[in-house]
Amino acid sequence: MKIVVLTKPVPDPAAAAERLGPDGRLDRSASPSVINGNDEYALEAALKLVEAAGDGEVILVSMAPPNGIETMRKGLAMGAHRGVLVTDPALAGSDYGSTVAALVAALRQLEYDLVFAGFDTSDGVGGVIGAAVATKLGLPYLSSAARIEPDTASGTVRVRRISPTGFDVLEAPMPALVVGTQLLGEPRYPSLKGIMAARSKEIVTKSLADLGLDGGSIGGAAARTTVTGQEKPPARGATKVVRGTPEEGAKAIVELLAARRLI
Amino acid sequence: MAGTIWVVGEVGADGSLAKLSIEVATLARSLAEAAGGDAAGIVVAADPSGAAAELARYLPRVVAVAEPAADGHAWAQVAAQRAAAILAAESPAAVLTGAGPDGRDVAGTLMALLDRPALVNATAVTWEGGGPSVQMSVFGGKLVTTSTFTDGAWGIVTVRPNVVTAEPAATPGAVEIRAPEADFPLPLVKVVDRIEEAAAALPIEEARVIVAGGRGVGGPEGFQLVQQIADALGGAVGATRAAVDSGWIPYAQQIGQTGKIVKPQLYLALGISGAIQHKVGMQTAGTIIGINRDPDAPITEFADLVVVGDLFEVGKALLEELGRRA
Ligand SMILES: Cc1cc2nc3c(=O)[nH]c(=O)nc-3n(C[C@H](O)[C@H](O)[C@H](O)COP(=O)(O)OP(=O)(O)OC[C@H]3O[C@@H](n4cnc5c(N)ncnc54)[C@H](O)[C@@H]3O)c2cc1C
Ligand SMILES: Nc1ncnc2c1ncn2[C@@H]1O[C@H](COP(=O)(O)O)[C@@H](O)[C@H]1O
Repeated sequence: MKIVVLTKPVPDPAAAAERLGPDGRLDRSASPSVINGNDEYALEAALKLVEAAGDGEVILVSMAPPNGIETMRKGLAMGAHRGVLVTDPALAGSDYGSTVAALVAALRQLEYDLVFAGFDTSDGVGGVIGAAVATKLGLPYLSSAARIEPDTASGTVRVRRISPTGFDVLEAPMPALVVGTQLLGEPRYPSLKGIMAARSKEIVTKSLADLGLDGGSIGGAAARTTVTGQEKPPARGATKVVRGTPEEGAKAIVELLAARRLI
Repeated sequence: MAGTIWVVGEVGADGSLAKLSIEVATLARSLAEAAGGDAAGIVVAADPSGAAAELARYLPRVVAVAEPAADGHAWAQVAAQRAAAILAAESPAAVLTGAGPDGRDVAGTLMALLDRPALVNATAVTWEGGGPSVQMSVFGGKLVTTSTFTDGAWGIVTVRPNVVTAEPAATPGAVEIRAPEADFPLPLVKVVDRIEEAAAALPIEEARVIVAGGRGVGGPEGFQLVQQIADALGGAVGATRAAVDSGWIPYAQQIGQTGKIVKPQLYLALGISGAIQHKVGMQTAGTIIGINRDPDAPITEFADLVVVGDLFEVGKALLEELGRRA
């Protein structure tokens, strides 16, 4: 079982230090970088499946600036076997189209049974890249997965897709691309042994030239979206803090609800 | 304005149109008005007549594709390949979908099939200089950015719930039913089973009032109190990931980064600390009230009112107080 997991390094939402640079692009020096939280669920599922299969590997693929290597090490420390980092100065300021093209080109150089992506990214909140990558590669696309069950004997994968009323059970031949969700289960913490082992695991860096892509038609130069403005959201009013008896607390709530015509 | 603003309507397994789609349609209609152009919709389903008629209440024109494959296959891929065939033959000014799971799947697929750029998760859209100007809330709500497509290129915009209030047009639009055109073949994914789970009576994305419980609620029994308060206020029950991970309440009710993003008029949080990953899902609520015994919980930094105290004591007193007013 060979599974590629698309993992994006993102500014740590918990550090809450993200900002845009003057060019409207994410200032990646402002914040510590972590693996996108939703990608960790997909990674955890991949690790469990490869462990259960008893052979195979989990390969991480990221498109990121060179320091994406450090973030990728964390994924290797969790147990992934190796990583491919697509990085090139021309990719700075990429829009979705370029990110998809770069990830697709990297995937074309790999062999796999399954590709996993996260539900969306904490910095972009798009949730569109998985579908686009699958489409470009002609892979069956199975999204919103709460459970992923590959069957090597039949060469198919079954996915429980979260639906508005429960789950849809989807089935497709492998290779296929699956988008995971939190319901796949809590990601593991890297063990000390895992952290040590990660130091010597292979991370291959690929430039646009390595992928056969041309820097003029991809990346910042080819971006078809522009950030034209940024502003702070309107501030919420000050917080009123009420201490006292439960009855006084309840009264304060009801008074506010009444004042705002919510009851 | 050259071209039409298109909406891809999202159709459920029962053939009904998603509520988000009528909001997106209302938005498209008002954008078209501002642009001096047209708005139109696309509906793809095995039997699209019901969903198409519903979408046509909001748009002057709906193209419906009767696609048998929409039964028994994952809907978004089926819909995207048929929508792509229609859009490729038009010259759209923009294409709008919802930013929920189905809308995202359609948007991502269209992006690749038609090689178009996308702006995602819009919290507001206006029409400026011949194209959509899209506001997005980024970095956990710390910043609102505005983006446009470059050089007048048309692109795809995904729109969050509750960005506009759905409003039917003065007169319903025309529905044109078409047979599927097979220009954009995609590998379709079979649906081999549909499992129904006991769902919450009111989906939280649509609720005007949400009463949410966190780890402080302590267990499934604690959620009975949350439910009672929600009933008293005519609202739905939401939760934090801590409560969902503990198995006290289904994932469908989780609010936050990996759950749903909601925008109710009232958000009442019981035993919720207000962690950043929860906050991103509810910070645009009209009024935010917390009940928390910790006066330093992060929720005191963004709520309108925080009552410091035990949620069971304050919750029960609140039920009584609400009962007295009823
Ligand atoms: C990648 C990632 C994604 C995440 N996505 C989400 C998400 O989508 N949604 C989400 O909610 N979280 C998410 N989280 C988790 C988030 O970081 C917090 O851990 C979570 O929101 C905390 O939930 P909580 O407020 O219920 O629990 P806690 O933080 O433990 O807070 C419980 C609160 O209850 C109070 N309390 C306890 N007992 C009582 C009592 N008797 N009366 C009154 N108050 C009481 C406490 O003072 C405390 O403030 C995510 C985390 C990660 C890493
Ligand atoms: N730069 C990237 N490198 C690797 N994977 C990515 C990248 N961007 C997005 N992805 C994958 O696509 C998913 C959805 O991303 P998005 O559509 O940007 O929200 C993520 O959860 C990742 O799995």
